[in-house]
Amino acid sequence: MLKVDNIHTYYGNIQALKGISLEVNKGEIICLIGANGAGKSTTLMSISGIEPPRSGTVILEGIDITGMPPHKIVTMGMSQVPEGRRIFPQLTVLENLDMGAYLRTDKEEMKRDLEYVFELFPILSQRRHQIGGTLSGGEQQMLAISRALMAKPRILLLDEPSLGLAPLIVQQIFGIIVRINKEQGTTIFLVEQNANMALKIADRGYVLQNGIIVKTDTSSALMADEEVKNAYLGV
Amino acid sequence: MKYFLQLVLAGLTKGSIYALIALGYTMVYGIIKLINFAHGEIYMIGAFTALIIGGVLQITTGLPPVTILFISLAAAIFFSAGYGVTMENIAYKPLRKAPRLTALISAIGMSLVLQNYVLLAQTSDFLPFRSMIPNFSFLIPGKSLVTTTQLVIMITTVVVMIFLTILIKFTRMGKAMRATSQDKVMAQLVGIDINKVITFTFAIGSATAAIGGVLIANHMGQINFYIGFLAGIKAFVAAVLGGIGSIPGAVLGSFVLGMAESFGAGYISSAYEDAFAFVILIIILIIKPSGLMGRNEIEKV
Repeated sequence: MLKVDNIHTYYGNIQALKGISLEVNKGEIICLIGANGAGKSTTLMSISGIEPPRSGTVILEGIDITGMPPHKIVTMGMSQVPEGRRIFPQLTVLENLDMGAYLRTDKEEMKRDLEYVFELFPILSQRRHQIGGTLSGGEQQMLAISRALMAKPRILLLDEPSLGLAPLIVQQIFGIIVRINKEQGTTIFLVEQNANMALKIADRGYVLQNGIIVKTDTSSALMADEEVKNAYLGV
Repeated sequence: MKYFLQLVLAGLTKGSIYALIALGYTMVYGIIKLINFAHGEIYMIGAFTALIIGGVLQITTGLPPVTILFISLAAAIFFSAGYGVTMENIAYKPLRKAPRLTALISAIGMSLVLQNYVLLAQTSDFLPFRSMIPNFSFLIPGKSLVTTTQLVIMITTVVVMIFLTILIKFTRMGKAMRATSQDKVMAQLVGIDINKVITFTFAIGSATAAIGGVLIANHMGQINFYIGFLAGIKAFVAAVLGGIGSIPGAVLGSFVLGMAESFGAGYISSAYEDAFAFVILIIILIIKPSGLMGRNEIEKV
């Protein structure tokens, strides 16, 4: 589905990614865990085309998307829920969802997808005319996920969906992520600092440290790994 | 009382022209956070295009003035939009990732280039601009109060405002513009081609400035290469006054400014007409630094 091969990304002269390679298969939930500043968000931004890598390739469903403009990549079936949610603060919930479906023209299907996200997150349905910036953090995260779903992606990139949220809300959101994966068959690529939660729902995981992948294995193996335990699971 | 009404109408006319220019400033700022100092020049180029096209048509054809007005207005809109888009492409697009000051300097450079280009291509003298707006006969009784040109300016401005409101509130491009102004990265992530949105914004802003240029040329009866400078600065003041980035703010700021100038010149001293704009700006910014309708930037946590 998604194959990232040896990408190097820089911010000016500072190298953020030092040759990242990873693979996400169709239907999987994959997580990328790591500390603050390890390059997790940069990895997603490089895949999405916002911060194109200086070298290396990103291949989505057999097509080389390296260096493609971000809006083109969206048309190819990849959506991102960015770090910090990035709700359009002055648009209403409904308008935010509408922006998610910006590239689509199939009105009937869009209506069905709107009903689906309201079924996933009934609170959004109640708040549909509320201005995005006035929602609570948890609601904003739900809206961000819903907005990405409105593009009908085949692969969904999620950047720290647990950030700043109460444990109960985190539980609920992770439950929904699994549900989207099961019901829609959407491939999930999840970036998390909350390694515990992420590994619980993921099939496989990658560990990122200072711009390099230092470990990869199945989730259960990573959870049993001593180093991972000490560094990320806080056991 | 009559004097008062005259001043009100003169203020509304001025405010209308400022509004047509200020819209371009505020829309461009809203999208790319750039004060486009060359925007006044686009307005001036609009007036010159109408002068040239209108003049040629008046001499070579026997078309009625109203037809000529519409043709020259269309030409002015077309040319100004072209200049605006080209300017963005050569002077601002390469600097999209550069610090904001760099683009600002580029804008000042662009302004000088366009002024001197028109100076060389035309002349530094004021050129007479024969009004193409005919006198409405029903207005003749009230002629001392309001001229046809003033009325046309006000009506056109209202029409442009309504058109813009519909464009931004209800069309797909309008939604893309709003999304881009709120979060450029996220706009790209939902599939918006922000380069297209930016180009479109420059085109629309330039088009409204061109309308303002053609109208003011008809009203004043003469133009030169330098008219864009002061008008541009004033419209910029109006946009800041209203809260830069806010479209209703730019309109409100323009009318406040137009009225202040009109009353200041009428009751205090016409010698200080241009100074009133800046006095008002200073007073309002002391009381409300983000402008009349400006939003305070939301702090990111």
